[in-house]
Amino acid sequence: MPAKPTTGILSILKTAVVNALIALVLFSLMVGIRTEAGSDGQLTYWMRFGELASLVAVVFGGSIVIELLRQWIGPSGTEKLVPPAVQSGMAFVGRFLAPALLIFALLVPVIFYNQRYILDLAILVLTYVMLGWGLNVVVGLAGLLDLGYVAFYAVGAYSYALLATNFDWSFWICLPLAGILAALWGVMLGFPVLRLRGDYLAIVTLAFGEIIRLVIINWQELTGGPNGVPGIPRPTLFGIPLDNSDDGLAARLGIEYSPTHRIVFLFYLILALALLTNWVTIRLRRLPIGRAWEALREDEVACRALGINTTTTKLTAFATGAMFGGLAGAFFATRQGFISPESFTFQESALVLAIVVLGGMGSQLGVALAALTMIGGFELFRGLETYRMLVFGMAMVLIMIWRPRGLIGHRAPTVYLTKAKAISSDLVKEGHG
Amino acid sequence: MDYFAQQLINGLVLGSIYGLIAIGYTMVYGIVGMINFAHGDIFMIGGFIALITFLILISLGLTAIPVILLVVLLVSMAITALYGWTIERIAYRPLRHSFRLAPMLSAIGMSFVLTNYSQVAQGARVKPIPPFITGGYTLHESPDGFVIQLSNIQIMVVLTTIVLLAIFTWLVSRTRLGRDMRACEQDQTMAALLGVDVDRTISMTFVIGAALAAVAGLMYLLYYGLVDFFMGFVAGIKAFTAAVLGGIGSLPGAMLGGLAIGLIETFWSAYFSVEYKDVAAFSILIVVLIFMPTGLLGRPEVEKV
Repeated sequence: MPAKPTTGILSILKTAVVNALIALVLFSLMVGIRTEAGSDGQLTYWMRFGELASLVAVVFGGSIVIELLRQWIGPSGTEKLVPPAVQSGMAFVGRFLAPALLIFALLVPVIFYNQRYILDLAILVLTYVMLGWGLNVVVGLAGLLDLGYVAFYAVGAYSYALLATNFDWSFWICLPLAGILAALWGVMLGFPVLRLRGDYLAIVTLAFGEIIRLVIINWQELTGGPNGVPGIPRPTLFGIPLDNSDDGLAARLGIEYSPTHRIVFLFYLILALALLTNWVTIRLRRLPIGRAWEALREDEVACRALGINTTTTKLTAFATGAMFGGLAGAFFATRQGFISPESFTFQESALVLAIVVLGGMGSQLGVALAALTMIGGFELFRGLETYRMLVFGMAMVLIMIWRPRGLIGHRAPTVYLTKAKAISSDLVKEGHG
Repeated sequence: MDYFAQQLINGLVLGSIYGLIAIGYTMVYGIVGMINFAHGDIFMIGGFIALITFLILISLGLTAIPVILLVVLLVSMAITALYGWTIERIAYRPLRHSFRLAPMLSAIGMSFVLTNYSQVAQGARVKPIPPFITGGYTLHESPDGFVIQLSNIQIMVVLTTIVLLAIFTWLVSRTRLGRDMRACEQDQTMAALLGVDVDRTISMTFVIGAALAAVAGLMYLLYYGLVDFFMGFVAGIKAFTAAVLGGIGSLPGAMLGGLAIGLIETFWSAYFSVEYKDVAAFSILIVVLIFMPTGLLGRPEVEKV
């Protein structure tokens, strides 16, 4: 990886050979030798020279390609300006993409009425869209890195599951309760820890997420521990069950019952919840509190200097995000009918975070598209469970290197001065972003 | 009392392992100012490489245990250090001037890569090894039959940790590299102006941190007799807790914090509940960060505008 741009083929080859040698050492033991515990508990091993050789070859070829690309594109770090024509074209597409997507989303159950698989997948995507939008309030708008978002998802899911199974409360009473409880947990966690700086906050939220999961696993009397909560009631259309019974929706409308009714209902339910999240977020951005979030994201010290109460500002962002997580959790519980701690691991937090990051931290449309890409991509590689997490991790690193602001990210504040002002260079110093 | 003494020994051994990992966190945080989220997985990789080297050496017919241990130690330190170097080069260096959450997110991605890489490469099942170092001493036997044991492996873990710490302290306080590291910690731009190769120093920081994590991985393998691909996550968070408790950026603090976390976890398991030992460790992290953000030995952080 030479720092100076050199054009010689020899130097490219040299880099590639060095990289291949490094790869050879790195992979020699981990890939070249495979260990496995036999039936008697003894470890055995065997060689895998083929895999090792092909990996090293891939690294060799990959380095040559990357070096060539680097020389063609020029040194990394120079921002390529998008031509104005393309820019206006993209703005045109962007203006119509969101309504088009919305109309498409509304029509999904009509188009794919008989394809249960696609409907289920669409519900899953929308759940993540909602989670992404919820986390976007915390990470994208307020700039607080939250690695334990799944905790609020879990609180919402368990709130609904326990309230519904123990007290027989209806989904429509439990849904706001789940949101409120999650928001309360958000405040409870947020109040002491929000004074911390970015990466400390990340670790504390991560620890909090793990604590919630461990408590759920171990508090068996309440949560059923690793066995989870079974038999969570299905949602009703404001009291009318969507089943095959005599007072079910199908019987009342006088149409033939089909299990698809419930799926379609769930689809529109999560679509409504997600749109609610989106609408609330967009409205909040126009309020002083939303402005304060964005200001906080850009510069916390300046915020404090301007008299913004950073603690309350952060706390509201945290509570709002937590509430949406809780609502999504309640929906998850009622859709699955069964929840267990396995659904609320750190991986889930990281997945939602990756959706927000890929979507460009702050862009609502970007988050929706990122959720579609991620969950759709995961679905395509369903059979390759371990490989897909490997690819997921690599994608996260690569996105950070190439497009740290996300694929279609924009971080333009919602308010800005229309007239550009010339600022003398001695007022501008090396700052912290 | 005897039970207490036994737990004290166990806690110190566990704490030594945490301390070795915590040094990697605290060094990187001190110099680059990022939480190297993948460091726990580096520890796991170190454990795996030690395991594989053990297997090869034994199948080659070596029987002299000190020789085997030495070779395994050196091989796992060398290869794991190369992992640390490569990860810094690929995932962190390009982001050094990016926005402040970027390196953290990249590190989370790297952690996923390493975890799943070893799962793909070595399988998901737990890998056990037969005990290599057996025997030990009975320190005290109480009338009701409780015996305080100090096994050889425990002695070895603590001794290795002490020796490594001595070498490491010498490295940081007496050598050119250590001086460069301390200079970079204070002010990278100024250090660069004065002729310190900042890139090389940061690389070396990752290399040393990874090598120490590899030793911790080897110790873990010898002490518990197993490795698995997921062990880096929890160990990583606990070692980070240790680094924070000791005062992040402070090297003796990391070791002290490691010992404290090891002792707290052991005593919590012994006297309260094993199920909630991780909850206890994570709660300490939260409480320390809230009430004592500078830790035991850390300096208060001055925020520059």
